[in-house]
Amino acid sequence: MAIHKGRGFACINYPIGMNLGGDPSQALVHSTPDGKFMVSLSSIDLGQGMKSVTRQIAAETLGVPVSDVYVDTADSDTGPHCMGSFASRGTHRVGNAVIRAATEARKALLEAAAEELEVNATDLETDGQGNIQVKGAPGRTITVADTAIAAQFKQGRTLSGRGIFLIPPSDVDPDTGEMTPVSCFAHAALVVDLEVDDETGEVSVTEINSAYEVGRALNPRLVEQQLIGGAWMGVSHALYETTEPYYPDRSHGPVDFNTYLMPGPGEVVNHNIAVLERPAEDAPFGGKGPGEMCANPVLPAIANAVYNAVGVRCDTLPITPEKVLRGILANGGARPQGAR
Amino acid sequence: MTKKPVQFQLNGSPVAVFSDEGQNLLDLLRRGVGDLSPKYGCGQGTCGSCTVIIDGEPRLSCLTLAETVEGQHVETTNGLANGPDLHALQEAFMENFAAQCGYCTPGMLMAAKALLDRTPRPSRAEIVEAISGNICRCTGYEPIIDAILAASGQPTRRTG
Repeated sequence: MAIHKGRGFACINYPIGMNLGGDPSQALVHSTPDGKFMVSLSSIDLGQGMKSVTRQIAAETLGVPVSDVYVDTADSDTGPHCMGSFASRGTHRVGNAVIRAATEARKALLEAAAEELEVNATDLETDGQGNIQVKGAPGRTITVADTAIAAQFKQGRTLSGRGIFLIPPSDVDPDTGEMTPVSCFAHAALVVDLEVDDETGEVSVTEINSAYEVGRALNPRLVEQQLIGGAWMGVSHALYETTEPYYPDRSHGPVDFNTYLMPGPGEVVNHNIAVLERPAEDAPFGGKGPGEMCANPVLPAIANAVYNAVGVRCDTLPITPEKVLRGILANGGARPQGAR
Repeated sequence: MTKKPVQFQLNGSPVAVFSDEGQNLLDLLRRGVGDLSPKYGCGQGTCGSCTVIIDGEPRLSCLTLAETVEGQHVETTNGLANGPDLHALQEAFMENFAAQCGYCTPGMLMAAKALLDRTPRPSRAEIVEAISGNICRCTGYEPIIDAILAASGQPTRRTG
Protein backbone atom coordinates (compact mmCIF):
# COMPACT_ATOMS: atom_id res chain seq x y z
CA MET A 1 0.00 0.00 0.00
CA ALA A 2 1.49 3.29 -1.05
CA ILE A 3 0.94 6.91 -2.04
CA HIS A 4 1.59 7.39 -5.76
CA LYS A 5 2.48 10.74 -7.26
CA GLY A 6 1.03 11.68 -10.63
CA ARG A 7 1.26 14.54 -13.08
CA GLY A 8 -1.32 15.42 -15.71
CA PHE A 9 -1.52 17.97 -18.47
CA ALA A 10 -4.36 19.56 -20.40
CA CYS A 11 -4.75 22.52 -22.69
CA ILE A 12 -7.71 24.40 -24.03
CA ASN A 13 -8.77 26.71 -26.82
CA TYR A 14 -11.83 28.49 -25.54
CA PRO A 15 -14.32 30.47 -27.63
CA ILE A 16 -15.18 33.97 -26.40
CA GLY A 17 -18.90 34.31 -27.02
CA MET A 18 -21.01 32.28 -29.40
CA ASN A 19 -22.78 33.71 -32.42
CA LEU A 20 -24.80 30.85 -33.84
CA GLY A 21 -27.87 33.12 -33.86
CA GLY A 22 -26.12 36.49 -33.79
CA ASP A 23 -24.60 37.76 -30.58
CA PRO A 24 -25.35 41.42 -29.76
CA SER A 25 -24.91 43.58 -26.67
CA GLN A 26 -25.88 47.21 -26.22
CA ALA A 27 -24.69 50.02 -23.97
CA LEU A 28 -25.95 53.52 -23.30
CA VAL A 29 -23.81 56.27 -21.79
CA HIS A 30 -25.04 59.63 -20.54
CA SER A 31 -23.65 62.38 -18.36
CA THR A 32 -25.25 63.72 -15.23
CA PRO A 33 -25.52 67.53 -14.96
CA ASP A 34 -22.36 67.60 -12.81
CA GLY A 35 -20.18 65.85 -15.35
CA LYS A 36 -20.22 62.27 -14.11
CA PHE A 37 -21.01 59.53 -16.59
CA MET A 38 -23.52 56.74 -16.23
CA VAL A 39 -23.18 53.54 -18.24
CA SER A 40 -26.48 51.67 -18.56
CA LEU A 41 -26.34 47.96 -19.32
CA SER A 42 -28.59 45.01 -18.80
CA SER A 43 -25.57 42.74 -18.68
CA ILE A 44 -25.16 41.06 -15.32
CA ASP A 45 -22.23 41.26 -12.93
CA LEU A 46 -22.45 37.91 -11.15
CA GLY A 47 -19.16 38.43 -9.38
CA GLN A 48 -16.85 38.18 -12.37
CA GLY A 49 -16.20 41.93 -12.37
CA MET A 50 -18.35 43.13 -15.27
CA LYS A 51 -19.03 46.43 -13.51
CA SER A 52 -15.33 47.08 -12.80
CA VAL A 53 -14.16 46.24 -16.31
CA THR A 54 -16.88 48.17 -18.19
CA ARG A 55 -16.24 51.12 -15.85
CA GLN A 56 -12.54 51.08 -16.77
CA ILE A 57 -13.36 50.77 -20.49
CA ALA A 58 -15.84 53.66 -20.37
CA ALA A 59 -13.45 55.93 -18.43
CA GLU A 60 -10.57 55.17 -20.79
CA THR A 61 -12.70 55.86 -23.87
CA LEU A 62 -14.34 59.01 -22.49
CA GLY A 63 -11.02 60.35 -21.21
CA VAL A 64 -12.32 60.98 -17.69
CA PRO A 65 -11.25 59.59 -14.27
CA VAL A 66 -12.59 56.12 -13.47
CA SER A 67 -14.06 57.58 -10.27
CA ASP A 68 -16.38 59.75 -12.40
CA VAL A 69 -17.98 56.76 -14.13
CA TYR A 70 -20.83 54.69 -12.74
CA VAL A 71 -22.13 51.45 -14.20
CA ASP A 72 -25.76 50.51 -13.73
CA THR A 73 -26.49 46.93 -14.70
CA ALA A 74 -30.13 47.55 -13.74
CA ASP A 75 -32.36 44.98 -15.39
CA SER A 76 -33.71 44.03 -18.79
CA ASP A 77 -36.74 46.34 -18.35
CA THR A 78 -34.68 49.51 -18.02
CA GLY A 79 -31.31 48.69 -19.60
CA PRO A 80 -30.50 48.28 -23.29
CA HIS A 81 -30.53 44.73 -24.62
CA CYS A 82 -27.76 42.25 -23.85
CA MET A 83 -27.63 38.57 -24.72
CA GLY A 84 -26.36 37.84 -21.23
CA SER A 85 -23.40 36.93 -19.06
CA PHE A 86 -22.43 33.54 -20.48
CA ALA A 87 -19.97 31.95 -22.91
CA SER A 88 -17.19 34.15 -21.49
CA ARG A 89 -18.52 36.95 -23.67
CA GLY A 90 -18.94 39.80 -21.16
CA THR A 91 -15.66 41.68 -21.50
CA HIS A 92 -15.49 41.17 -25.26
CA ARG A 93 -19.06 41.86 -26.39
CA VAL A 94 -20.21 44.33 -23.74
CA GLY A 95 -16.82 46.04 -23.60
CA ASN A 96 -16.98 46.71 -27.35
CA ALA A 97 -20.52 48.10 -27.02
CA VAL A 98 -19.35 50.37 -24.17
CA ILE A 99 -16.44 51.64 -26.30
CA ARG A 100 -18.88 52.60 -29.07
CA ALA A 101 -21.33 54.30 -26.71
CA ALA A 102 -18.55 56.14 -24.88
CA THR A 103 -16.98 57.25 -28.18
CA GLU A 104 -20.27 58.86 -29.20
CA ALA A 105 -20.64 60.49 -25.77
CA ARG A 106 -17.05 61.76 -25.94
CA LYS A 107 -17.82 63.36 -29.30
CA ALA A 108 -20.80 65.20 -27.77
CA LEU A 109 -18.65 66.18 -24.77
CA LEU A 110 -15.94 67.70 -26.96
CA GLU A 111 -18.51 69.49 -29.14
CA ALA A 112 -20.08 71.09 -26.06
CA ALA A 113 -16.65 72.06 -24.74
CA ALA A 114 -15.72 73.48 -28.16
CA GLU A 115 -18.78 75.71 -28.07
CA GLU A 116 -17.78 77.06 -24.65
CA LEU A 117 -14.12 77.58 -25.60
CA GLU A 118 -15.03 78.90 -29.07
CA VAL A 119 -12.66 76.49 -30.81
CA ASN A 120 -13.01 73.53 -33.16
CA ALA A 121 -13.84 70.26 -31.37
CA THR A 122 -11.09 68.46 -33.28
CA ASP A 123 -8.54 70.73 -31.57
CA LEU A 124 -9.54 69.50 -28.10
CA GLU A 125 -8.10 66.75 -25.92
CA THR A 126 -8.90 65.34 -22.49
CA ASP A 127 -6.28 64.95 -19.77
CA GLY A 128 -7.98 62.02 -18.02
CA GLN A 129 -8.21 64.10 -14.85
CA GLY A 130 -11.54 65.77 -15.59
CA ASN A 131 -10.31 68.61 -17.85
CA ILE A 132 -10.65 69.37 -21.55
CA GLN A 133 -7.96 71.55 -23.11
CA VAL A 134 -6.93 72.96 -26.47
CA LYS A 135 -4.09 70.88 -27.91
CA GLY A 136 -0.83 72.75 -27.49
CA ALA A 137 -2.46 75.47 -25.40
CA PRO A 138 -2.93 74.04 -21.92
CA GLY A 139 -4.14 77.44 -20.66
CA ARG A 140 -7.31 77.19 -22.76
CA THR A 141 -9.17 74.68 -20.64
CA ILE A 142 -12.60 73.82 -19.26
CA THR A 143 -13.55 71.13 -16.79
CA VAL A 144 -15.77 68.21 -17.77
CA ALA A 145 -18.10 69.32 -14.97
CA ASP A 146 -18.46 72.87 -16.37
CA THR A 147 -18.95 71.43 -19.85
CA ALA A 148 -21.76 69.20 -18.57
CA ILE A 149 -23.41 72.13 -16.78
CA ALA A 150 -23.21 74.27 -19.93
CA ALA A 151 -24.56 71.45 -22.08
CA GLN A 152 -27.44 70.80 -19.72
CA PHE A 153 -28.49 74.33 -18.78
CA LYS A 154 -27.23 76.59 -21.59
CA GLN A 155 -26.75 74.65 -24.81
CA GLY A 156 -29.62 72.20 -24.39
CA ARG A 157 -27.48 69.28 -25.46
CA THR A 158 -27.16 65.77 -24.07
CA LEU A 159 -23.69 64.33 -23.54
CA SER A 160 -24.69 60.82 -24.40
CA GLY A 161 -23.91 57.91 -26.64
CA ARG A 162 -25.37 54.66 -27.91
CA GLY A 163 -23.38 51.56 -28.65
CA ILE A 164 -24.06 48.09 -29.95
CA PHE A 165 -21.63 45.32 -30.78
CA LEU A 166 -22.95 42.52 -32.92
CA ILE A 167 -21.24 39.43 -34.17
CA PRO A 168 -23.68 38.54 -36.97
CA PRO A 169 -25.18 35.06 -37.24
CA SER A 170 -22.95 32.57 -38.98
CA ASP A 171 -24.72 30.35 -41.50
CA VAL A 172 -23.46 26.91 -42.38
CA ASP A 173 -22.12 26.55 -45.89
CA PRO A 174 -24.41 23.87 -47.39
CA ASP A 175 -21.60 22.40 -49.49
CA THR A 176 -18.72 22.29 -47.05
CA GLY A 177 -20.44 22.52 -43.63
CA GLU A 178 -18.07 25.36 -42.87
CA MET A 179 -19.10 28.14 -40.52
CA THR A 180 -17.60 30.71 -38.18
CA PRO A 181 -19.36 30.37 -34.84
CA VAL A 182 -16.59 32.18 -32.98
CA SER A 183 -14.36 35.14 -33.79
CA CYS A 184 -12.08 35.20 -30.79
CA PHE A 185 -10.33 32.42 -28.88
CA ALA A 186 -8.51 32.37 -25.56
CA HIS A 187 -5.96 29.67 -24.72
CA ALA A 188 -4.53 27.94 -21.69
CA ALA A 189 -2.31 25.07 -20.62
CA LEU A 190 -2.40 23.54 -17.18
CA VAL A 191 -0.36 20.99 -15.21
CA VAL A 192 -1.74 19.23 -12.15
CA ASP A 193 0.35 17.38 -9.59
CA LEU A 194 -1.47 15.04 -7.26
CA GLU A 195 -1.19 12.00 -5.03
CA VAL A 196 -3.31 8.86 -5.11
CA ASP A 197 -3.58 6.58 -2.10
CA ASP A 198 -3.90 3.06 -3.51
CA GLU A 199 -5.37 1.80 -0.22
CA THR A 200 -8.25 4.31 0.05
CA GLY A 201 -8.48 5.47 -3.59
CA GLU A 202 -8.35 9.04 -2.35
CA VAL A 203 -6.94 11.68 -4.71
CA SER A 204 -5.23 14.80 -3.26
CA VAL A 205 -4.23 17.60 -5.62
CA THR A 206 -0.94 19.07 -4.41
CA GLU A 207 -0.17 21.81 -6.94
CA ILE A 208 -1.50 23.45 -10.08
CA ASN A 209 0.65 25.34 -12.57
CA SER A 210 -1.07 27.13 -15.41
CA ALA A 211 -0.50 29.56 -18.24
CA TYR A 212 -3.46 31.56 -19.56
CA GLU A 213 -3.58 33.66 -22.71
CA VAL A 214 -6.65 35.87 -22.32
CA GLY A 215 -5.71 38.87 -24.39
CA ARG A 216 -4.78 41.97 -22.45
CA ALA A 217 -5.60 41.57 -18.76
CA LEU A 218 -7.71 44.72 -18.41
CA ASN A 219 -7.80 44.26 -14.64
CA PRO A 220 -4.96 41.88 -13.71
CA ARG A 221 -6.12 41.20 -10.16
CA LEU A 222 -9.64 40.35 -11.32
CA VAL A 223 -8.21 38.01 -13.96
CA GLU A 224 -5.96 36.28 -11.43
CA GLN A 225 -8.82 35.96 -8.96
CA GLN A 226 -11.12 34.42 -11.57
CA LEU A 227 -8.41 31.94 -12.55
CA ILE A 228 -7.81 30.89 -8.92
CA GLY A 229 -11.50 30.54 -8.13
CA GLY A 230 -12.27 28.78 -11.40
CA ALA A 231 -9.48 26.24 -10.96
CA TRP A 232 -10.80 25.46 -7.49
CA MET A 233 -14.20 24.82 -9.03
CA GLY A 234 -12.54 22.56 -11.60
CA VAL A 235 -10.93 20.52 -8.80
CA SER A 236 -14.32 20.32 -7.14
CA HIS A 237 -16.03 19.03 -10.29
CA ALA A 238 -13.22 16.56 -10.99
CA LEU A 239 -13.09 14.97 -7.55
CA TYR A 240 -16.18 15.76 -5.50
CA GLU A 241 -19.34 17.18 -6.97
CA THR A 242 -22.23 15.22 -8.40
CA THR A 243 -25.96 14.96 -7.93
CA GLU A 244 -26.07 11.37 -9.24
CA PRO A 245 -23.00 9.42 -8.12
CA TYR A 246 -24.42 6.24 -9.74
CA TYR A 247 -26.00 7.93 -12.73
CA PRO A 248 -28.59 7.23 -14.06
CA ASP A 249 -29.48 5.58 -10.75
CA ARG A 250 -30.35 8.34 -8.26
CA SER A 251 -29.31 6.34 -5.20
CA HIS A 252 -26.80 7.85 -2.78
CA GLY A 253 -27.29 11.25 -4.43
CA PRO A 254 -27.23 14.37 -2.26
CA VAL A 255 -30.58 15.79 -1.25
CA ASP A 256 -29.42 19.05 0.34
CA PHE A 257 -26.34 21.11 1.20
CA ASN A 258 -25.53 18.76 4.05
CA THR A 259 -24.94 15.81 1.75
CA TYR A 260 -23.57 17.62 -1.32
CA LEU A 261 -19.82 17.09 -1.35
CA MET A 262 -17.52 20.00 -2.08
CA PRO A 263 -14.04 20.99 -0.93
CA GLY A 264 -13.60 23.61 1.75
CA PRO A 265 -10.84 26.03 2.71
CA GLY A 266 -8.78 23.08 4.00
CA GLU A 267 -8.49 21.66 0.47
CA VAL A 268 -7.03 24.81 -1.11
CA VAL A 269 -4.32 23.95 -3.63
CA ASN A 270 -1.30 26.10 -4.39
CA HIS A 271 -1.84 27.46 -7.89
CA ASN A 272 0.88 29.31 -9.81
CA ILE A 273 -0.45 31.30 -12.75
CA ALA A 274 1.29 32.92 -15.68
CA VAL A 275 -0.94 35.31 -17.59
CA LEU A 276 0.27 35.82 -21.16
CA GLU A 277 -1.03 38.91 -22.88
CA ARG A 278 -1.67 38.76 -26.61
CA PRO A 279 -4.23 41.51 -27.23
CA ALA A 280 -6.97 40.40 -29.62
CA GLU A 281 -7.65 42.66 -32.59
CA ASP A 282 -11.42 42.78 -32.25
CA ALA A 283 -11.44 42.89 -28.44
CA PRO A 284 -11.91 46.00 -26.27
CA PHE A 285 -8.35 47.24 -25.59
CA GLY A 286 -7.32 43.68 -26.48
CA GLY A 287 -9.08 41.96 -23.54
CA LYS A 288 -10.79 38.63 -24.22
CA GLY A 289 -11.98 37.37 -20.84
CA PRO A 290 -11.09 34.31 -18.74
CA GLY A 291 -14.70 33.32 -18.03
CA GLU A 292 -15.54 29.64 -18.10
CA MET A 293 -12.19 28.37 -19.37
CA CYS A 294 -10.65 28.84 -15.92
CA ALA A 295 -12.42 25.69 -14.68
CA ASN A 296 -12.38 23.47 -17.77
CA PRO A 297 -8.78 22.27 -18.27
CA VAL A 298 -8.47 21.24 -14.61
CA LEU A 299 -10.76 18.24 -15.13
CA PRO A 300 -8.86 16.44 -17.92
CA ALA A 301 -5.53 17.34 -16.28
CA ILE A 302 -6.64 15.64 -13.05
CA ALA A 303 -7.96 12.59 -14.96
CA ASN A 304 -4.60 12.34 -16.77
CA ALA A 305 -2.67 12.75 -13.51
CA VAL A 306 -4.67 9.95 -11.86
CA TYR A 307 -3.81 7.69 -14.81
CA ASN A 308 -0.18 8.74 -14.53
CA ALA A 309 -0.17 7.93 -10.80
CA VAL A 310 -1.90 4.54 -10.69
CA GLY A 311 -2.73 3.56 -14.28
CA VAL A 312 -6.49 3.92 -13.85
CA ARG A 313 -8.35 5.67 -16.64
CA CYS A 314 -11.54 7.23 -15.22
CA ASP A 315 -13.93 8.34 -17.95
CA THR A 316 -16.75 9.56 -15.72
CA LEU A 317 -16.82 12.38 -13.18
CA PRO A 318 -16.27 12.86 -10.36
CA ILE A 319 -13.22 10.65 -9.92
CA THR A 320 -14.29 9.10 -6.64
CA PRO A 321 -12.17 6.86 -4.40
CA GLU A 322 -14.50 3.99 -5.32
CA LYS A 323 -13.82 4.37 -9.06
CA VAL A 324 -10.07 4.58 -8.45
CA LEU A 325 -10.09 1.49 -6.22
CA ARG A 326 -12.22 -0.54 -8.66
CA GLY A 327 -9.82 0.46 -11.43
CA ILE A 328 -6.79 -0.59 -9.39
CA LEU A 329 -8.52 -3.89 -8.56
CA ALA A 330 -9.34 -4.55 -12.24
CA ASN A 331 -5.70 -3.90 -13.17
CA GLY A 332 -4.50 -6.27 -10.47
CA GLY A 333 -2.79 -3.45 -8.57
CA ALA A 334 -1.58 0.09 -9.00
CA ARG A 335 0.34 0.63 -12.22
CA PRO A 336 2.31 3.87 -11.95
CA GLN A 337 3.04 5.22 -15.44
CA GLY A 338 6.28 6.89 -14.45
CA ALA A 339 7.56 10.42 -14.50
CA ARG A 340 7.05 12.57 -17.58
CA MET B 1 -49.44 32.38 16.82
CA THR B 2 -47.98 33.56 20.10
CA LYS B 3 -45.69 36.59 19.96
CA LYS B 4 -42.87 36.79 22.42
CA PRO B 5 -40.99 40.01 23.28
CA VAL B 6 -37.21 39.77 22.89
CA GLN B 7 -34.71 42.39 24.02
CA PHE B 8 -31.05 42.22 23.10
CA GLN B 9 -28.10 44.34 22.00
CA LEU B 10 -27.60 44.51 18.23
CA ASN B 11 -24.23 45.97 17.28
CA GLY B 12 -24.15 47.89 20.55
CA SER B 13 -27.67 49.32 20.37
CA PRO B 14 -30.66 48.02 22.33
CA VAL B 15 -33.34 46.29 20.29
CA ALA B 16 -36.80 45.29 21.45
CA VAL B 17 -38.93 43.24 19.05
CA PHE B 18 -41.63 40.58 19.07
CA SER B 19 -40.58 37.20 17.78
CA ASP B 20 -42.98 34.64 16.39
CA GLU B 21 -43.15 31.28 18.10
CA GLY B 22 -40.33 29.15 16.74
CA GLN B 23 -38.87 31.99 14.69
CA ASN B 24 -35.16 31.74 14.05
CA LEU B 25 -32.77 34.62 14.68
CA LEU B 26 -31.95 35.10 10.99
CA ASP B 27 -35.59 35.68 10.18
CA LEU B 28 -36.01 37.99 13.18
CA LEU B 29 -32.97 40.06 12.18
CA ARG B 30 -33.97 40.33 8.53
CA ARG B 31 -37.75 40.74 8.77
CA GLY B 32 -38.30 41.87 12.34
CA VAL B 33 -35.38 44.26 12.80
CA GLY B 34 -34.60 45.03 9.15
CA ASP B 35 -30.91 44.12 9.34
CA LEU B 36 -30.39 42.43 5.96
CA SER B 37 -26.65 41.87 6.37
CA PRO B 38 -26.86 38.22 7.51
CA LYS B 39 -27.76 36.18 4.41
CA TYR B 40 -30.18 33.28 4.01
CA GLY B 41 -28.31 30.55 2.17
CA CYS B 42 -29.29 26.99 2.95
CA GLY B 43 -31.45 27.50 6.04
CA GLN B 44 -30.10 24.30 7.54
CA GLY B 45 -26.80 25.35 9.09
CA THR B 46 -24.50 24.11 6.35
CA CYS B 47 -23.39 27.13 4.31
CA GLY B 48 -22.49 29.68 7.00
CA SER B 49 -23.77 32.75 5.12
CA CYS B 50 -26.05 33.63 8.07
CA THR B 51 -23.19 33.64 10.61
CA VAL B 52 -23.51 36.27 13.36
CA ILE B 53 -21.61 36.72 16.60
CA ILE B 54 -23.52 36.11 19.84
CA ASP B 55 -21.68 37.05 23.02
CA GLY B 56 -18.35 36.69 21.22
CA GLU B 57 -19.05 33.32 19.61
CA PRO B 58 -19.77 32.75 15.90
CA ARG B 59 -23.26 31.31 15.57
CA LEU B 60 -25.50 30.21 12.71
CA SER B 61 -28.47 32.54 13.03
CA CYS B 62 -30.69 30.23 10.92
CA LEU B 63 -30.36 27.53 13.60
CA THR B 64 -30.66 29.89 16.59
CA LEU B 65 -34.11 30.25 18.16
CA ALA B 66 -34.73 34.01 18.18
CA GLU B 67 -35.98 34.19 21.76
CA THR B 68 -32.78 32.63 23.08
CA VAL B 69 -30.79 35.85 22.44
CA GLU B 70 -32.73 37.65 25.19
CA GLY B 71 -30.24 39.88 27.02
CA GLN B 72 -27.34 38.86 24.77
CA HIS B 73 -25.01 40.83 22.47
CA VAL B 74 -25.52 40.12 18.78
CA GLU B 75 -23.09 41.40 16.14
CA THR B 76 -23.75 41.46 12.40
CA THR B 77 -21.81 42.77 9.40
CA ASN B 78 -23.90 45.96 9.58
CA GLY B 79 -22.06 46.88 12.77
CA LEU B 80 -18.53 46.43 11.39
CA ALA B 81 -18.01 49.84 9.78
CA ASN B 82 -17.76 52.93 11.95
CA GLY B 83 -19.51 55.53 9.82
CA PRO B 84 -17.39 55.89 6.68
CA ASP B 85 -14.48 53.99 8.27
CA LEU B 86 -14.51 50.36 7.24
CA HIS B 87 -13.42 47.63 9.65
CA ALA B 88 -9.89 46.30 9.04
CA LEU B 89 -11.41 43.04 7.81
CA GLN B 90 -13.63 44.82 5.30
CA GLU B 91 -10.62 46.78 3.99
CA ALA B 92 -8.58 43.59 3.74
CA PHE B 93 -11.37 41.72 1.95
CA MET B 94 -11.49 44.56 -0.59
CA GLU B 95 -7.73 44.80 -1.05
CA ASN B 96 -7.32 41.04 -1.45
CA PHE B 97 -10.25 40.52 -3.84
CA ALA B 98 -11.86 38.19 -1.29
CA ALA B 99 -15.37 38.62 -2.72
CA GLN B 100 -16.75 37.77 -6.10
CA CYS B 101 -20.54 37.31 -5.98
CA GLY B 102 -20.45 38.45 -2.35
CA TYR B 103 -23.13 36.16 -0.95
CA CYS B 104 -20.83 34.37 1.52
CA THR B 105 -19.01 37.57 2.48
CA PRO B 106 -21.09 38.68 5.50
CA GLY B 107 -20.78 35.21 7.04
CA MET B 108 -17.06 35.04 6.25
CA LEU B 109 -16.53 38.47 7.83
CA MET B 110 -18.30 37.49 11.04
CA ALA B 111 -16.51 34.12 11.28
CA ALA B 112 -13.22 35.99 10.76
CA LYS B 113 -14.08 38.70 13.29
CA ALA B 114 -14.94 36.12 15.94
CA LEU B 115 -11.53 34.54 15.30
CA LEU B 116 -9.55 37.79 15.40
CA ASP B 117 -11.40 38.99 18.52
CA ARG B 118 -9.96 36.07 20.49
CA THR B 119 -6.82 35.34 18.42
CA PRO B 120 -5.39 38.60 17.03
CA ARG B 121 -2.62 36.86 15.03
CA PRO B 122 -4.03 33.50 13.96
CA SER B 123 -2.04 30.92 12.03
CA ARG B 124 -3.12 29.93 8.54
CA ALA B 125 -4.43 26.64 9.97
CA GLU B 126 -6.47 28.50 12.58
CA ILE B 127 -7.97 30.69 9.85
CA VAL B 128 -8.88 27.65 7.74
CA GLU B 129 -10.49 26.07 10.80
CA ALA B 130 -12.42 29.26 11.63
CA ILE B 131 -13.99 29.57 8.14
CA SER B 132 -14.40 25.84 7.53
CA GLY B 133 -18.14 26.15 8.23
CA ASN B 134 -18.57 28.81 5.57
CA ILE B 135 -19.01 27.80 1.93
CA CYS B 136 -17.69 30.01 -0.88
CA ARG B 137 -18.37 28.96 -4.47
CA CYS B 138 -16.42 31.68 -6.30
CA THR B 139 -13.05 32.53 -4.85
CA GLY B 140 -11.44 29.17 -4.10
CA TYR B 141 -10.94 30.45 -0.50
CA GLU B 142 -7.32 31.48 -1.04
CA PRO B 143 -8.06 35.24 -1.27
CA ILE B 144 -10.29 35.02 1.83
CA ILE B 145 -7.53 33.33 3.83
CA ASP B 146 -5.12 36.00 2.53
CA ALA B 147 -7.51 38.78 3.54
CA ILE B 148 -7.78 37.49 7.10
CA LEU B 149 -3.98 37.18 7.31
CA ALA B 150 -3.66 40.76 6.03
CA ALA B 151 -6.27 42.08 8.46
CA SER B 152 -4.25 40.61 11.33
CA GLY B 153 -1.09 42.34 10.05
CA GLN B 154 0.55 39.18 8.70
CA PRO B 155 2.12 38.46 5.32
CA THR B 156 -0.14 36.77 2.78
CA ARG B 157 0.68 34.22 0.12
CA ARG B 158 0.81 37.11 -2.35
CA THR B 159 2.92 39.48 -0.24
CA GLY B 160 4.97 36.53 1.00
